[in-house]
Amino acid sequence: MSAIVATLRPYQAVFKARFTLLLQYRAAAFAGFVTQCWWGGIKLMVLAAFFRSVRTTPMTFQQAVDYVWLGQAFLTLLPWSVDPEIARMVRSGDVAYERLRPLDAHAFWYARAIARRTATPLLRAIPMVLTAGLLFHVFGMSEWALSPPAGVQAAALFFLSMVLVILLSSAIATLMDIATVAALSERGVNALVGPLVIVFSGSLVPLPLFPDWLQPALRLQPLAGLLDTPFRIYGGHFAGLDALAALGRQAMWTIVLVLLGRLFMRRVMARLQAQGG
Amino acid sequence: MNGLRLYGRYVSVSWRSQMQYPASFIATSIGAFATTITDFIAIWALFARFRQIEGWRFDEVALLYGVISVSFALADGLTRGFDVFGERFVKTGDFDRLLVRPRSTALQLLGYEFRATRIGRLAQGMLAWGVGVHLSSVDWTWTAWGTLLFAVLGGVALFSGILVLQATLAFWTVESLEIANTLTYGGVEAGQYPLDIYARWFRNFLTFVVPLACISYFPVASVLGRVERTGVTGWLLPITPAFGFVFLGVALWVWGFGVRRYTSTGS
Repeated sequence: MSAIVATLRPYQAVFKARFTLLLQYRAAAFAGFVTQCWWGGIKLMVLAAFFRSVRTTPMTFQQAVDYVWLGQAFLTLLPWSVDPEIARMVRSGDVAYERLRPLDAHAFWYARAIARRTATPLLRAIPMVLTAGLLFHVFGMSEWALSPPAGVQAAALFFLSMVLVILLSSAIATLMDIATVAALSERGVNALVGPLVIVFSGSLVPLPLFPDWLQPALRLQPLAGLLDTPFRIYGGHFAGLDALAALGRQAMWTIVLVLLGRLFMRRVMARLQAQGG
Repeated sequence: MNGLRLYGRYVSVSWRSQMQYPASFIATSIGAFATTITDFIAIWALFARFRQIEGWRFDEVALLYGVISVSFALADGLTRGFDVFGERFVKTGDFDRLLVRPRSTALQLLGYEFRATRIGRLAQGMLAWGVGVHLSSVDWTWTAWGTLLFAVLGGVALFSGILVLQATLAFWTVESLEIANTLTYGGVEAGQYPLDIYARWFRNFLTFVVPLACISYFPVASVLGRVERTGVTGWLLPITPAFGFVFLGVALWVWGFGVRRYTSTGS
């Protein structure tokens, strides 16, 4: 038992250090919060006009409202970009030191990625959920407000799904970090992955609103597990067996991508090119 | 050397320095294209599902989006100096050096960097514009093209004005505030749809406070023959982009006020 605790300690330490550091940026978080509200508002006004224009829709407007606000609240959970510190390490050649640590390199970076997806997102999500869920009612804007989850079961499954979101998003982020080591620069990785994440996670447009012929493919691809899955569970769009199947897809993609990351990490670290000077 | 020639010199120096790393220039431009094209993908996806937005068609919204994207891409490429004014000039005290040179501060900041990589955003705006023109049934006369060109010029002036105001704020706050992003990027976001779909207060804000309506919605509606949707007298629509220049003029006046009040951070 104590051996396990001792093994886990360094990963726990890097998690804690990153968490505390990221909590320092409160002013940035506030500015981000205001921007997110504004953005969410514009998005909803556009969606409302689209919903007014037709009779039948694949989701109710209330479900779309919930989807958009949750999307704004948990935006920072997405694997947007390579960890800037790892990018710096690659540029300076310091990444070579990662080989000297008596630790599992993938687990170490994965723990960093998880920390990055816990501190800042919490700061962002809580005020957003409170504002959209409570304050909007106070100001008489109930039709634009975030509604509570579709039921107790939906709430529990949503929570579980959000945990999987963090694990899946971090697995993708770690893959991006490793790709940066291989490519010697983070630019290309960010330029390539960022737009894909925006479109296929449901952050850009709720995935149920894409054309019907695209739905089967959208459901199976890994990035749906980043936002779309928990949000559909929240609004009752996925319930019962559908919800469990969606959670299963999320878990499966997480495991596949973590294993893929471990494989890549081993190969990249085996023939590591360090820049320096 | 007159102001215009000096500015030309600034741009050519900036261009040459960016072309020292052609691979980086190409990669960043492609990245900018890929990131910004997602907005157009959103429009496409929503129209594939809903067919129309309160009577407006895909080709019309594509044109609106193209016009506002092209305007913002140009303004964003030209006004880098104002965009980073807080960190690069006020915080470091480097603005003092600009003040002792015998040229206007606005000109020097305009020449600070010409961002060539904005060609990525420009290209996707032109693509959307092209799609809109191709699918529309409008008679593309010289007047129509002239109206849209004037709209782009007014748009560049308006977006530049917003960035000048953001820079002016930095005289007091030292840091550049990203609050202007809600008007620049947020303006592109809101202005890519016909403004009559929004609530009245929001439409009024985008017409009278920040005249975004004047640089895309009004002129484009006039070209598309959708005058009745705007609730404005028809002959007025094509000349409304002039308010973009008025906005820039006011912004530069406020800027001058800020410059006179400037106290250096020292060191």
